[in-house]
Order: sequence, then C-alpha cells, then structure tokens
Amino acid sequence: MAIPDETTGATGATGETTGAPGTASLLLHAHGITKRFGGLVAVRTVDFEIPEGSIVSLIGPNGAGKTTFFNVIAGLSEPSEGTISFAGEQVVARPRRGWAEPFFWFAFPALFVIFALAVVAANLPISGELLVLVAVGLLVTSLVVAIIRPPWYVHLLQRAGIFRSARPNEMVRFGIGRTFQNIRLFHNMSALENVQVGMHSRMAATPIDAALRLPRHNREEAVAAEKAREWLAYVGLGDREDEMARNLPYGDQRRLEIARALASQPRLLLLDEPTAGMNPVETRRMTELIAQVRRDLGITILLIEHDMRVVMGVSDRVTVLDHGEKIAEGTPEAVRANPLVIEAYLGKGAASAS
Amino acid sequence: MSAATSRLGGVRGFSSRHQSTSIVLVVIVVTILLPIISLIPPFSGFGTQKDFVGGFAAAGVFVLLALGLNVVVGFAGLLDLGYAAFFAIGAYTYAYSASGFTGLSIPFWPMLLVGALVAAVFGVLLGAPTLRLRGDYLAIVTLGFGEIVPVVFLNADKYTNGTNGITGIAQPNALGLFGINGFGFTNPWPYYLTIVAIITVVVILLYRLQDSRLGRAWVALREDELAAASMGINTITTKLLAFSIGASTAGLAGVFYAAKLSTVTPDQFGFTVSFTALAMVVLGGMGNIWGVAAGALIIYELQSQGLKQLGSFVQGLNVPVVALGPITINIGAINFLNYQYLLYGLALVIMMLVRPEGLFPSRRRRRELHETPAEDELTAPDPTAGDPSQEGGD
Repeated sequence: MAIPDETTGATGATGETTGAPGTASLLLHAHGITKRFGGLVAVRTVDFEIPEGSIVSLIGPNGAGKTTFFNVIAGLSEPSEGTISFAGEQVVARPRRGWAEPFFWFAFPALFVIFALAVVAANLPISGELLVLVAVGLLVTSLVVAIIRPPWYVHLLQRAGIFRSARPNEMVRFGIGRTFQNIRLFHNMSALENVQVGMHSRMAATPIDAALRLPRHNREEAVAAEKAREWLAYVGLGDREDEMARNLPYGDQRRLEIARALASQPRLLLLDEPTAGMNPVETRRMTELIAQVRRDLGITILLIEHDMRVVMGVSDRVTVLDHGEKIAEGTPEAVRANPLVIEAYLGKGAASAS
Repeated sequence: MSAATSRLGGVRGFSSRHQSTSIVLVVIVVTILLPIISLIPPFSGFGTQKDFVGGFAAAGVFVLLALGLNVVVGFAGLLDLGYAAFFAIGAYTYAYSASGFTGLSIPFWPMLLVGALVAAVFGVLLGAPTLRLRGDYLAIVTLGFGEIVPVVFLNADKYTNGTNGITGIAQPNALGLFGINGFGFTNPWPYYLTIVAIITVVVILLYRLQDSRLGRAWVALREDELAAASMGINTITTKLLAFSIGASTAGLAGVFYAAKLSTVTPDQFGFTVSFTALAMVVLGGMGNIWGVAAGALIIYELQSQGLKQLGSFVQGLNVPVVALGPITINIGAINFLNYQYLLYGLALVIMMLVRPEGLFPSRRRRRELHETPAEDELTAPDPTAGDPSQEGGD
C-alpha cells in the first residue's frame, strides 16, 4: 500500500488553482476510475482530485454513480479499473504481481519439507508423523497470516513488489473517515460507545492487555472515553452520551455519525448526503458543522449532496457526475452556469431556454 | 469505568467499581449455597449430597461450554453449531498427554492451558474459511466442522483407538490445594471446587474482554459488519478472536471433562452437545455472562435431576393403565429422560415466542428485541442490505 505514486508530484500543482486555504498538495487523487456491475457501467473513467484542506462536492442526478464512486474511495468496493492515491501513496489499484503472493504462503512449509526430507535421509530418530504435522501446521499458519494480513506481512509483500488494494479498515488507518447515506450507526450502543468504536483504529491495547487490565489498557480506555466525550460535545451531543443511538432524533443521529467518523482522526472525511431528510433548520446547522470541521480541524471534506444550497454554500469546488461520467468540474458558480449541468438536471430544453 | 457507573452507589456501584471482587464473592456464595440446598427437602430426597455435588461438577462443564459459546454467538453474533468439536479437541488433548495410550503423564494443571491453546488454534482454523459467511451459511459450515471432528476421532483408529476411545486417563493431583484427600472417583468435592475455580477465572476474563476495545468491536460487528469495517475495525481478526476465545473455553471444559471421567470416546462429543450448549446460551440470555451461566446450570440440573424426578413423581401418582384396544397408555412408566430433546425443543419454541431474549437477558439484547419505537423503523438500516456498492446507487 505504501508504494509512492509517481503521478502525484506531477499533478500536485493543479491543486493550487482550487483556492484551497493554506496547503496546495493533493490529498486524494483518483485516476481513471471505472466500476462495472456486470454489463452496467456505474462509473466510467472518472478522474478526481481533492486538494488538502478543501471542501469538494460531488453532485449529480439520481443514479449518476455518486455513491458507487464514494464506496470505491472508501475502499468498500474495488474499482474495475483505475487507481487511487491518498497522501502520495497508492492505496487502491488492480493487484500487481498478485500471482507471486502464493510464493510467500508456501515458502516456509517448502523449506521445512526439504529439511524433513534431509532428516529422513539421515535416518534420524524423529517420527515421520511429527514431521508431517509440523509441515501442515506451518502451511496453515502461513495461510492464516495471509488471511489476517498484518502490517508486517503487507510490508513484506511490498518489498517484493506485490500490491493489493487496501481494505476498508486499512483506509481508516490511512486517514479516511466516512458517514453513510442511510445512517448506519450501531443502534443498540450508546452515543458514547459509538464514538469509542470510531476510535478503534487509533487504539493499541491488545486483548491480553484488556484481560489482565494492564496499565496500558486502563490508561488508553480512560483517554478514549474522555476524547469520545469531547467529540460528542463538539458536534453538540455533549448531554446525550448515555442515550442509545437508535433513540436519538434523526438530526442527532447524523451528527453522531460525524462524531464517530471524526473520532478515527481522519485527514479526509467522506460525507454521503449528510443533510438528506433534514428540515431547513437542521440543514443549516449541519452546513455550519461541516464548515466548522474544516476550519477548526483542518480536515478535508468530500461531500455528496442533493441540496444545492448546501453544496453552493460550503464547497470550494464541485464535480458533476451524470450516467457515471464526469460532465463538469469547477467552482460552484462555474458549475451552476454550465449548460451541460443544467441539461443533466432539467433536460435538454432547459439549457437552451435559460 | 465510565463516569456514569462511578456515580452509582450501593451494590451496583460496588459491583462496577470492583468487578472481579464482586464476581469472586458471588461465586463463593453460590458455591457454598448449592451443596446446602441439596440437603434441604425436597432435594435431599432425590439423592445424597455427594451425588448432587458430582452433578454440579458435571454441570460446571456445561456452564463453561455455554460461557465460551456465548462469546461467539452472544458477543460477536456468529452462529456456531459445531461447538462440541472444540470440547472434543480439549478432551483428547488431555487424553493424549496423560494416559497409557501415549505413555505420557503430564500433570493436569498445565494441560488446562495447553488444551485451551490447542482448541484456540482450531478455533482459528474453523474461523478462517468462514470469514465471509454469515447467518445460515456460517451455521452450516460450523455444523459440518462439528460433525467432522468426532468422525475423525472415530475413524482414525491408529491414533485415537476408535470407538473404544482412550481410557485410563490420569486424574488431577490435588497439589495439596484444598487439603482434601485428592481427586478420585468416589469424592466429587475436589472436582466441584476445581470447576468452580476455572469458571471464576473465565468469567472474570470474559467480563474484562467484554468491557474493552475488543468487546466493543464484537458488538459493532454484530450490529453492522459493514459499518464496523468502515470505522477501522479489522473484521477478520475480530471474528477470529471470537472463534478462538470461544474455542479455548471449550478446550478448558474438555480437559476437565476428560480428567473427571478418565475416559474419552468420540460419541461424547456429538451434535447434541453443541445443541445443548446453544440452547443454554439462548435460553439463559445471549450476551449476558451471568445469564448464560445460570441458564446452563438450570438446564443441566433440570435435564439430569428434574426429568428423573418428574418420572418418579408421575409414577408415584399411580395413574391407572389405560387400555384402548391394542394401545395401552401407561403414564406411570414414561421415562421422561427419553423425551429430553422433545422437551428442549418445546422449551425453545415457547421461549422464542414468549421471551426471545432469554431468561436473564443482557440489557443490550432486551433493547434490541423490545424497545422499538415507531421512528426506528424509518431510520433503522435495512438488514438485508448486502453489497454496499449496490445500495442507493445514485
């Protein structure tokens, strides 16, 4: 995953034109993303850039492929083609030299089999059954390691030039947090517990630490609870920490989802229709929260949204998808005036009439 | 400890501040009470105190099984129908290490740990191929595993002595722990105290795990696997840990069981054991450590004592034998033990209809099943929503 992406250096310069405050480097660069479901092309060769520190919106009519694209960025579904780099490292791409990976699974068992054959040849007093057992054990162990894919194994693969796309939980570790279009809180956990789950990837205590209540566990838990309360207070839910997520009002559930995502300390926050189904007052509060997150925390935001007031109000840059293709990109004003966009939303006559 | 619990006073406040101490206190009280209860009529009429204590020691094995299965089913929400396999693996591990069959004689106490470790490894082995499965499919694969393991022990004659099993397994030596005359067939007390000690340790560890990063990850995984993965939880290791921790508890139970019976045969670890443990978890209250333990004890005692006593009670009623032509109905002669699984089935059906959360539900589970205000139906995610890439699609 940590393969440096050569293209980032070249395209980094384009980030300067977007008016992002402070930094000019690209945080995320999606290149030529295509996603097919059978014969249906949901997303077709979309290039997409998110400069660090900006708020970028993705809009488009229903069925334009926004959520599909979003899930590709979040690591939930692999693109049929294309690559994604995050903070200069390639995180999603088609597997490279994938055929070489099984070599790692069989290397240690094979070495042992050679050793075992030598033992048998030398007539040493070791039972053959034991040797077979150890060989099987080694094989199984290396297969389990390949399934779990601990960081050191990924590094080993990288050394050999083998690349596989990051899993969703690895994306969170890199610094991509997200919310869902249809709220997916842990409904039977309290608000506080939801946020604590969000911190999971930034905590290190092992089950053994927890079982023995080692200081490492106790300290980390205390800090995590405190931080989780801070996040709840930040989104305005400071007094609801013991409330079950399912019992919170709709607007608060959306805010809790954001608190949960923020708790994973993201550099990029993906918000999938954060104001869907909200009344104007709630929508305004949400818009303020989004702007505040960028301002206070310097977190870059990618927004999918239907409400044009939200999009035009907070975005530095807007990208329009229609039928899976990018049809326009630019500042909110430029996109609003773009005839192709008006056509996509209102039909062919509308563009010429305006 | 969260601020909310530390604010509590009284018993609940104490139990949340000094969890392990409270667990030990409760266990001590129960350990003393159970043999005393067996001296009180009507229980004293059912058997000697020794019989009862031996029964409690055997019940303890199932309490352990239920506690372990509760990790997999109750905490992580993974349906496991082949749990007896790990029980068998633990039992055979001890059988190999302390019997004439292999000629080894490793002491009981370290083998408890070894048995738990071996079972945990097999827990990972079962978990690994089932990671992508859930619900029914997972249940079928685990069922298969549960069938394979006893069949292997049955047919690998050379290594397991087949149907006859391994006999003459060494009993634990007391290490002077209890000052009692040591372990033997005639004295159930050391076994009783040993299993109580094992259960205490397991309960303390499980409570600690439940109230940790891993425990939260399990709940999150059960609630919404996709959201859990998107919040940075490694679903693979989280599931494998559930399988291996659950399996290691069964391994402990297996080692103890082999030592107590001093013989293991493949037919002791059939599907009925898996099913009984699952029924105990469900009836006791999935996800609630105390509930599951209490459920297991109650069900085991009902099954081993209750049904027998029901039989002799009915016999004592002297119901006349009814003859209807070729059919004779002799209620007094019914052996209720033969109808054990029929009664189980009935109890399960009734429980699922009347009280699906079990006898002693966890608070979380009760909420899931009962507090369902109308607005939830609008916001709750569709449980059938599978592939994230297909949802919404706009």
